[in-house]
Amino acid sequence: MAVYKAGMRLKSAVCSSQIMMVVAPARDVKLTCGGAPVVELSAAEGAGASIDPGHKQGTQMGKRYTNAAGDIEILCTKPGEGGLAVDGEMLVVKGAKPLPSSD
Amino acid sequence: MNLMMILEMAAGAMGERVAFQNGADRLTYQQLFDAAGALAASLDDGRTKHLAMLDISTLALPIGVFGASWAGVPFAPLNYRLTDPELDALIAQLNPGRLLTDSARAARLGPRLAATGDGDYVEVGTREAMLATVRGEDARPRETPWSMDPDDTAILLFTSGTTGAPKAAVLRQKHLVSYVLGTVEFMGADENDASLTCVPPYHVAGMAAIASSVYSGRRVVQLASFTPETWLETARREQVTHAFVVPTMMARIVDALAGQADAGLPCLRAISYGGGKMPLTVIEKAMKLFPNTDFTNAYGLTETSSTIALLGPADHRAAFASADEKIRKRLVSVGQPLPTVELEIRDVESGDRVAPGEHGLIHVRGEQVSGEYRGKGSQLDAEGWFNTRDGGYLDEGGFLFLEGRMDDVIVRGGENMSPGEIEDVLLTHAAVIDACVVGVPDEQWGEAVAAVVVLSPKAQATPSELQQWVKDRLRSSRTPERIEFWSELPYNETGKLLRRKVREALRENG
Repeated sequence: MAVYKAGMRLKSAVCSSQIMMVVAPARDVKLTCGGAPVVELSAAEGAGASIDPGHKQGTQMGKRYTNAAGDIEILCTKPGEGGLAVDGEMLVVKGAKPLPSSD
Repeated sequence: MNLMMILEMAAGAMGERVAFQNGADRLTYQQLFDAAGALAASLDDGRTKHLAMLDISTLALPIGVFGASWAGVPFAPLNYRLTDPELDALIAQLNPGRLLTDSARAARLGPRLAATGDGDYVEVGTREAMLATVRGEDARPRETPWSMDPDDTAILLFTSGTTGAPKAAVLRQKHLVSYVLGTVEFMGADENDASLTCVPPYHVAGMAAIASSVYSGRRVVQLASFTPETWLETARREQVTHAFVVPTMMARIVDALAGQADAGLPCLRAISYGGGKMPLTVIEKAMKLFPNTDFTNAYGLTETSSTIALLGPADHRAAFASADEKIRKRLVSVGQPLPTVELEIRDVESGDRVAPGEHGLIHVRGEQVSGEYRGKGSQLDAEGWFNTRDGGYLDEGGFLFLEGRMDDVIVRGGENMSPGEIEDVLLTHAAVIDACVVGVPDEQWGEAVAAVVVLSPKAQATPSELQQWVKDRLRSSRTPERIEFWSELPYNETGKLLRRKVREALRENG
């Protein structure tokens, strides 16, 4: 469990995913990628643990992920095979209607 | 959050793509990343707290924006059209710092700043020397990673000061990054997409375009000095797919194409415009000359990190084709608010939210909204709303119509009226191609309504005919008591109508 702050950079302990916290929940949460708790970006490489088969939906570069409550938003800055979850709830891609370019 | 993270993602995913191009000179995403790192390293001298750039658009501009973000110092693009005393006042606010400019200005400004001699530190360097250093063999990136603190200041933009002394709007990393993440799809551009930008660096659209283009993976073709001929020629040569113009540029492009059936730019898929009011006649002509191009009108302010409302291509076409006057009128609206932004119209006096069709002040709220000036703090209210001081109204479909600055409101005998509403009616007259309505001092009413009108060269109209035209469509108090005909209206270089100049001229003409 941990409290996160907007702007924090984190990575998966079991796949190549890297993420940034866009909107951090104002509560203590368990944030996982590939089923294992995420770690600081600067943390040493994991011990080669494998992805939980139930957490294999993957992360896509540049996509934003959110939960049903909408109190967390995470940007994928490097893709991987593991999927993101908060307190066991799988995060889903935040649907954004593409806008015409304005600048 | 940091703009550098956006560039790092782009460099990681498409490092070999060309990011910026100026003439024949190019920077790939990886080269831009490396150059930004090298500039950041040089800013790490323990005393530089600002990076100012007084320059046209060159490859040094994106390097400056990202390098400053990496080093954690605010980037301040300055208006190169200002006079030396005006510049002195801005530079004084960027002390201690480094100022990059072209070699001619550096030679002039360097001694001028040194002469103040009161221990201040503004180091003047040239763009050319900076580019040579950060692109050189010995360039090394800053070792310390950039800060991810969302509250770091990314950009200081001096607002144009049409109503007072220039003040620096503070755009923090969180505002710009939110704007980009909320409006741009990462790597959404095709490999061959190219965007032609000719807005000056000190305009918020110029800054937003840099961040947006990098995230989308589009090649930015810089055009430092605009003429319709160079714009058309560059668009053709570089097979430009996207372009942003201010209304005065669009008007000049349309003029340059007079007599032609088609602009002959089949690659150009999208033109977006903003920064001022687009006359109906200009956009209608443009849509005919660029039949396969998508048009987007963007409304935004410096204080809102650029765009907050859009009139998209489908809306343009629906309005253009409609026989219903209400729908057709939307061609001069600024469309609907972005999904990431809340927007409401509030009554000028009571501050209450008003119903569709009713006039008031545009208020906006969202992650990208800064609403902060240096030294004055945040201007947001307790619920996070920013008063744009732009007047306007929403129609029944939620389309936003602008009616000018609050400061331009005419108060005639206690009645508030916005110039935009009267101008819109004048512009629907077949003979009128441009119009500016201002208040002039009046003994009886406090202010009287005066209009300056530009007539189409082929058409004629008398003042009384135009007065009747307005009277038939608005109440009589809004009918201009005085109408003058000019050959053109004064605009600044980014397309903003200079009402102040019109007011002054009318006062002098008595």
